[in-house]
Amino acid sequence: MATRVRSVSKAAGATTTGSAVATGQFAASVQDLTKRFGSRTVLDGLSLDIKAGEFVALIGRSGSGKSTLLRALAGLDRDVSGSMAVAEPVAVAFQEPRLVPWKRVLDNLTLGLRVPEPTRVATEALAEVGLAERISAWPLTLSGGEAQRASLARALVRSPSLFLLDEPFSALDALTTISMHRLVLQLWERHRPAVLLVTHDVDEALALADRVLVLGAGRIAYSTIVDVPRPRDRNHSTLIELRLRLLRELGVSVGDTGELI
Amino acid sequence: MSVQVLSRSDTRDAAGRATPAGGRARRFLRRRGWLRLISPVAVVVLWQVLSLTHVLPVRKLQSPVSVAHTAYNLVTTNSPTYGTLQGALLASAERWAIGLSIGVAIAVVLAVVSGLSRIGENTFDPLLNAARSVPLLGLLPLFIVWFGIEDLPKILFVMLGALFPMYVNTFAGIRSVDPKFGELGQVLGLSRWELVRHILLPGALPSAFTGLRLSVIGSLLALVVAEQINATSGLGYMIDTAEQFLANSTIVVCLIVYAIIGLLVDGGVRMLERRALAWRREFVP
Repeated sequence: MATRVRSVSKAAGATTTGSAVATGQFAASVQDLTKRFGSRTVLDGLSLDIKAGEFVALIGRSGSGKSTLLRALAGLDRDVSGSMAVAEPVAVAFQEPRLVPWKRVLDNLTLGLRVPEPTRVATEALAEVGLAERISAWPLTLSGGEAQRASLARALVRSPSLFLLDEPFSALDALTTISMHRLVLQLWERHRPAVLLVTHDVDEALALADRVLVLGAGRIAYSTIVDVPRPRDRNHSTLIELRLRLLRELGVSVGDTGELI
Repeated sequence: MSVQVLSRSDTRDAAGRATPAGGRARRFLRRRGWLRLISPVAVVVLWQVLSLTHVLPVRKLQSPVSVAHTAYNLVTTNSPTYGTLQGALLASAERWAIGLSIGVAIAVVLAVVSGLSRIGENTFDPLLNAARSVPLLGLLPLFIVWFGIEDLPKILFVMLGALFPMYVNTFAGIRSVDPKFGELGQVLGLSRWELVRHILLPGALPSAFTGLRLSVIGSLLALVVAEQINATSGLGYMIDTAEQFLANSTIVVCLIVYAIIGLLVDGGVRMLERRALAWRREFVP
């Protein structure tokens, strides 16, 4: 199956990233990505690869450039140097649901959807996220959790090869977030897009991802595979170790038993 | 410790469902905004009382009953001087409808052009802002010199009264659409046209409706002024002629008719607004 590739290439690495994605083996390939805001360098020669169907979490301190990287991958920020290729279609779920308030939920999903039977596909997607009864609702009448679920449905209805999530649950309460984690895993297991989840929550990253990356000093400072079968128990020894390691990589001072020092 | 159950006086409606105290009649009255009529009606009653007690002299302003009487006469008699009230109303309404619709249409086109591109904005916005600042009243004599004394200058005048509020508000509405929706459009792969149609224009609609309501008022004002100068038909002509005959109550009748059509059209716009903007959740303190 040929994958459509979107490339931003201003360097010699162009062909490598482009061909890596074109083979279908990788959903995203980034080489030497640099982004400056005036005199401040946010991304400094960052390289990363996301395999097709892989669930990757990206964590980092505030201002580390996580969202900048995601926006570059989403094509929202073209003012970057380096080379980058992504497998289209790319879907994005933002921190706020960004549902168009003057369209009903169903119409939000079918907006810009170019498939033979948009209404049927959209209705099925909404049923999958548990919003079958809200297809005719106005977005402003949805709760935060419902709206974010609609946003996920909107992303998945496009059968993305790469699904980018920018801290999608940070505005939700803890209980809703737990059910959202469950939902994301379900959707991922069923549809198998590659996922890049940007989050500030180490536990979220460990609960969901195959691989966790730490963004620091403008590049990937640390990367670890989470080799624990899902569903994961937070108290699994590997996860406890990884949590400690990740917190330290983020610059949080923790003792060996996880206490803050 | 005893527990006291507080009960509301409940009534049951036809289907046996409990309704709040007072029942359907009271809810109907409350819902239809009849409450809004109380103050205007009170004013009319006060006016009648002031006339009857001669606190308000007949020379200055006649009583509501007398005004109603005059209105009746104007409707039923086709006088050589005025024609009928309906005839005048029709002539005025026609001018207003034409001027208002053209003015609004041009305003929307200009607002969309200015709103969607920097070049458009830099071309049209300064011109419109300058034109807006010129007092309309001063333009009227010029209009008559340029366009004659038939209907054209009046309609153009009405058009101008509608144009500026609609342009300003629609332009502001387009520009105020959250850029996050622009990003959303990009991410969803919307074409430029789809972005305008599904995001920018509907997003500008609330402000556009505000502009529309202001246009309704502005154009009506312009109509009233334009019709009083060199008119041969319409409510303004009736006022002008009545002035010469010192027929105050005729003038009052005409003004009331202006006010009524203004209110009706404004009410119509508000109803349209409520339908079109049903998606909003409004904060009513």
